[in-house]
Amino acid sequence: MSEQPFIAGMGIVSAIGNNLPANLQSLTNEKAGIAEMVWLESNHRGELPVGEVKCSNEELADSAGLSVRLPRAALLSCLAAREALQDAGWEKGAQLRTGFISANTVGGMDKTENFFRVFSKNSAGGKLVDVVNHECGAVTELTADYLGIRNFVSTVSTACSSSANAIFTGARMIQAGLLDFALVGGTDALTRFTLNGFNTLMILDRELCRPFDENRHGLNLGEGAAYMVLANEKGMKQLNKKPYARVSGFANANDAFHQTASSPEGTGPFLAMKAALNHAGIHPADIDYINLHGTGTQNNDIAEGTAIRLLFDPIYPKMSSTKAYTGHTLGASGAVEAVYSILAIQHGLIFPNLRFQTAMKELPFQPVTACLKNQVIQHVMSNSFGFGGNCSTLIFSAA
Amino acid sequence: MKAYIRSTGNISPQHSLNTDSFFLTRVKTSKNFFKSLEPDYDDFVDSKMIRRMSRIVKMGVAAALTCLRNAGIEKPAAILTATAYGCLEDSAGFLRKMIEFDEQTLSPTAFIQSTHNTVGAQIALLLKCHDYNNCIVHRAFSFENALTESILLLQEGIGPVLVGAIDEITDDRHTILSRFGLYKKKGTLPANIAGEGAAFFLLDKEGGNHPQAILRDLQTIYKPEDSETLQRYIQEFVKKNGLNMSQIDLVLTAHPGNAKKDEVNDQLLKTVFHENQCFPFRSLCGDYPTASGFALWLAAVLLKEQKAPIWMEGMKFPLKNILIHNHTADIHHSLILISAC
Repeated sequence: MSEQPFIAGMGIVSAIGNNLPANLQSLTNEKAGIAEMVWLESNHRGELPVGEVKCSNEELADSAGLSVRLPRAALLSCLAAREALQDAGWEKGAQLRTGFISANTVGGMDKTENFFRVFSKNSAGGKLVDVVNHECGAVTELTADYLGIRNFVSTVSTACSSSANAIFTGARMIQAGLLDFALVGGTDALTRFTLNGFNTLMILDRELCRPFDENRHGLNLGEGAAYMVLANEKGMKQLNKKPYARVSGFANANDAFHQTASSPEGTGPFLAMKAALNHAGIHPADIDYINLHGTGTQNNDIAEGTAIRLLFDPIYPKMSSTKAYTGHTLGASGAVEAVYSILAIQHGLIFPNLRFQTAMKELPFQPVTACLKNQVIQHVMSNSFGFGGNCSTLIFSAA
Repeated sequence: MKAYIRSTGNISPQHSLNTDSFFLTRVKTSKNFFKSLEPDYDDFVDSKMIRRMSRIVKMGVAAALTCLRNAGIEKPAAILTATAYGCLEDSAGFLRKMIEFDEQTLSPTAFIQSTHNTVGAQIALLLKCHDYNNCIVHRAFSFENALTESILLLQEGIGPVLVGAIDEITDDRHTILSRFGLYKKKGTLPANIAGEGAAFFLLDKEGGNHPQAILRDLQTIYKPEDSETLQRYIQEFVKKNGLNMSQIDLVLTAHPGNAKKDEVNDQLLKTVFHENQCFPFRSLCGDYPTASGFALWLAAVLLKEQKAPIWMEGMKFPLKNILIHNHTADIHHSLILISAC
């Protein structure tokens, strides 16, 4: 890979914190954010635990200085993206080219749900202000306008791998010389649409999820937004800042097995991980930590685990799924976990796979169960796999 | 930044699957929406699979398979889909049921097929294609950004790339967008009509046998400050590609193609495009965010055939360079430059 983009700044809002320092603190203190539903208005409240951002829409709108009528995903996105730019020291109006590449899966669906409550009974009813930001791209543009980014705007949507794809789209554009800075990542808010969708698939755990555990019973949904500022050398010079890490490899493959289920042998995950290693020009043994996709469903964890065995056996890096902290944040998950991967490199930490008890009988390895400190971490692999067979792997390396 | 268009496959309100029919007959509509002329899908996919697919998926899959057939290749090295609205029929279907049944006893089928990447996923599944697969969903930049990504992949040595633009009209979309005042009302002057379509392209670094055209460059312009700035962008774009405006033989414009006033387009016709031959492509496909997919198909067909459909009176040939200018509500402007091989 030619000039590897640097990571100059990060921002995040998730169930375990409203900013980057709060997330790091929860991660090291082993404090999960999944709990009984408080803000999402669903009939499944009290029955399905979720990883909510611990703020009402009013509080989020207030923090951002925006209207509470905006989709929750846009409010989350604006807050996390603003933090990433501030962290990088990026300033509006700088002469270099800045692009914004975001991701989400359901755009302004939370407001569309309100609209449809009325509209489904009376086609002249429902407030149009509730559907004007329905599109995925609308959520991105609300954020781009909030931040003043105009050179390039785009949105990726490949289900649960969406923001991993947004991250490497930005990396690719920097490498091709089309951008100097790329603000990349994703956002998704909890909605009744997704909660009920996953519930009909019968893959939601009614207790707190247990990724990669023999006795796992499914995933918990979460929400959040996370962004990183990628920069080329010219961009880093302008920021006058030491980078956190580099984007050293990425790959995308398709499982081509089933619309929602992963192939039992993990074809897509295997191809994505292998190609990302090739892209980074490193070997499996060079990986110090894998931030697993690790949703906690029967199907994902065995597919991902089998692919890891095939690729890494017999030397396994340390691994964990941080979804046990945040829940599965869908379109944001690739970016949330990319931020955690970079925090791991920056602070020499390996975050634990919370609540892990029993190793999966099919796999010869198990995840890390307590926060490991003072680790030397050169290369981290982060996996994101989604509906439609979309599988992506990112590799971050110490700068 | 260039790529060969090796082949196309397009399902649209026109006879776009069959060039001969397209050149003979122009389809018109008296309504304020323009739906695609859909083929017999049994010619493309096993009928059992067809029954499970929603309309947008069927259109997308059939257009993609047509494109591959026309190039004579089985599998591309990458599949990129672009859609602004995604799978609306299934999204709204699940939403309505969720409300009606108060979040209880729902079936997963509509939800499973509601994700924006469903078309690209189904193409990969049918082809057993494990390679690169992405889905861009950025309003009226969806297709343009997918094209940019395709060209970057080709530069990295990944090709050929199958890239397509897909959006569907549903009753709910039409009702809601009509309430925003986007389309003409009964008895009023002609105005925008809603459109849809699925246009796929096989892009490659090399032309292969009989490529259709060369995609030379493209650019998106987000919320230009004013018409003068936009005009400057257009002139710079053409110049950057070693051309001047007089060498643009045809401009495919975003005009609705009738009497509706469109200040943004009118201003361009009076200024940068004033000496150019222009044609309003949306008069053939209607208005939808990924309509530039239809425009690129039209440009590729005209460049290859070097003749006008019999219903397109007065079009001057030969055509060497075509510029597509698309815009939606003066927010999303895009420029695509395409040339004869």
